[in-house]
Amino acid sequence: MYGSESWGRFPKSNQRILSASALTSTPIPETASTILPFGQGRSYGDVCLNAGGTVLTTKHCNNILAFDRERGLIRVQAGITLEDLLTVIVPAGWFIPVSPGTQYVSVGGAIANDIHGKNHHCAGTFGRHVRKMLVQRFDGEEIICSPDIDHLFFNATIAGIGLTGLIIWAEVQLIPIHNAFIETENIPFASLDEFFELSKSSEKEYAYTVSWLDCVSSGTSFGRGVFMRGNHARAGVSKPKSVDLPIRPIVPFDFPSIALNYYSVKSFNTLYHYTQSRKNGVHTVAYRPFFYPLDSVLHWNRIYGSSGFLQFQCVVGKERGKEALRAILQTTVASGQASFLAVLKEFGDIESPGLLSFPRPGYTLCLDFPYRGSKTEHLMQQLEDLVVDSDGALYPAKDACMRPETFMKCYPGLDAFKKFKDPRASSSFWRRVCGDTEQ
Amino acid sequence: MNILLIGATSAIVQAVGRIYANAACNIYLLGRNPASLEVVKNDLLARGAPIVSSEAVPDFTDFKSLQLHIEHIYTEATHFDIVLIGHGVLPDQEVCSASFESFHYQFLVNFHSVAACLLAIKPLMIAQQSGTIAVIGSVAGDRGRKSNYAYGSAKGALEVFLEGFRNELFTSGVNVLTVKPGFVDTPMTASIKKGVLFASPERIATDIVSAIHKRKDIKYTPFFWFFIMFIIKLIPEKIFKRLSL
Repeated sequence: MYGSESWGRFPKSNQRILSASALTSTPIPETASTILPFGQGRSYGDVCLNAGGTVLTTKHCNNILAFDRERGLIRVQAGITLEDLLTVIVPAGWFIPVSPGTQYVSVGGAIANDIHGKNHHCAGTFGRHVRKMLVQRFDGEEIICSPDIDHLFFNATIAGIGLTGLIIWAEVQLIPIHNAFIETENIPFASLDEFFELSKSSEKEYAYTVSWLDCVSSGTSFGRGVFMRGNHARAGVSKPKSVDLPIRPIVPFDFPSIALNYYSVKSFNTLYHYTQSRKNGVHTVAYRPFFYPLDSVLHWNRIYGSSGFLQFQCVVGKERGKEALRAILQTTVASGQASFLAVLKEFGDIESPGLLSFPRPGYTLCLDFPYRGSKTEHLMQQLEDLVVDSDGALYPAKDACMRPETFMKCYPGLDAFKKFKDPRASSSFWRRVCGDTEQ
Repeated sequence: MNILLIGATSAIVQAVGRIYANAACNIYLLGRNPASLEVVKNDLLARGAPIVSSEAVPDFTDFKSLQLHIEHIYTEATHFDIVLIGHGVLPDQEVCSASFESFHYQFLVNFHSVAACLLAIKPLMIAQQSGTIAVIGSVAGDRGRKSNYAYGSAKGALEVFLEGFRNELFTSGVNVLTVKPGFVDTPMTASIKKGVLFASPERIATDIVSAIHKRKDIKYTPFFWFFIMFIIKLIPEKIFKRLSL
């Protein structure tokens, strides 16, 4: 239920839910416990949870405060979702500078996790496009920050996982588009080496690149996948045939855990590889199915059953990373535990602004595993070790298992960040990775 | 199109406003708090409304002032295609059971002030011989329950008032819509624990807009409340008085 769980639905958390007010001058209600802002609950592990404390939901804070249609600069309250934003800006000829895999995240969440998208190699993270923010500390103090004003606090709030205070509003620079369509191309690849080649050769001419990877098949099919690349469509392209689904199907209840097993997942992966590979050649599609394919099924997280699922997203460096990636994929395939959402993408060199930003140059791989107790946790540890050995990093927004020493090693900006953390802010994630001494 | 929103800073009304702003309608706002109205106004402008004009009435139980503001806005707009009235308070039943003053205040806001708006807008709408007046009632007005009958009695009175009002305006071509939402997840219900029956203000707003354009008389929203209330209204009073709903 909203406010009480993350998208991965693991771990379970008991927390008080209060909502921030959109229209009054005192948005933060009084509470004695620790506080964590909560946007749409679309992060996976426990970064959006505060077990035993309070979460402050921002779903009512969804007003657009100003929209400069000439310059593409928009100032919004932090609770607005990208979906809502897109319905306003796309008809006006603008698009969000960085698009994650779902439109159902809030702008506040996009900033607090400094999210990335298929265009990381040319646009960097979401935080790079934030021009200014108003943040309210939990003692009521208001701080206006930007890359020029109070920039250290600004850098701490970007990727600050909600711990520097409540983002009241943010000003974001949008990017111009000619229409609502994407010209895209799918290219099947048979091995990781082919992927590396494709990625290298596509980064200059394509704003958006991403790959789906088969994380179940071994033998000759090991490392196969489909490389997808695209650009915003040029002016005057003809409209795609099917623009958008009028009604979105919904998963109405939790599937029994048996529904996702080795055989069903393997069939899915084979089928998906086959159907996506057939869509070769360049074609024009609407932006929603291109950026947010999973949004076409509401509450898809319920197919993992009530015990939830774990996400694993890592980044590994460009040189040593190739071998690490192979090892991670081999371990995953051998475990037979992975399911269908394996995504592989090459990050570019553009620096992330946040002190705790995840993206850095290299390859990022994202996997998901239905939660099956210690068996799954053991696998996550194996994968974590492989990442740490190759000097990679794990993504807090998708993490439920990372060890404190891993977090400290992956995030050298942690000490600098601690100076800006709000003393009353805390989260389940923060207590887990920063130990009991930190509140 | 010109739209008048009364109680414009309430979540449902604002959500309706956004749909019309997106369709490039001119929007006129009446609300209580000037600062909140300013936020709503800028939001609607950003979402595509060519004209948004707002007026603040500090006290919605000051009926004379309410009437003057409505007449003033009408002079500015010269025509309204749609009027939506959606202001209200959700009182604490226990407080209202113990104190007439609290009971009376919420009744003034939830019923009298809505009736005052309706009577003020009536001659203007009759004169233009067209348009729709939509009013947000509640499923709580369908049957009195011990847990919520202060609010329920005001909404029940409003329902009967609207029946007569609809009847009166029928020949002038003005449609009157009674909207009956169930539980809605808004700041007004912030202190209530949310269950599966709670709907978002956006969902309610979509239903309201569609009911306005279909010129409906009564709209339960979401639709399943029609069936729930149908059953609840069927329960004989002899049994109903023993229940804890």
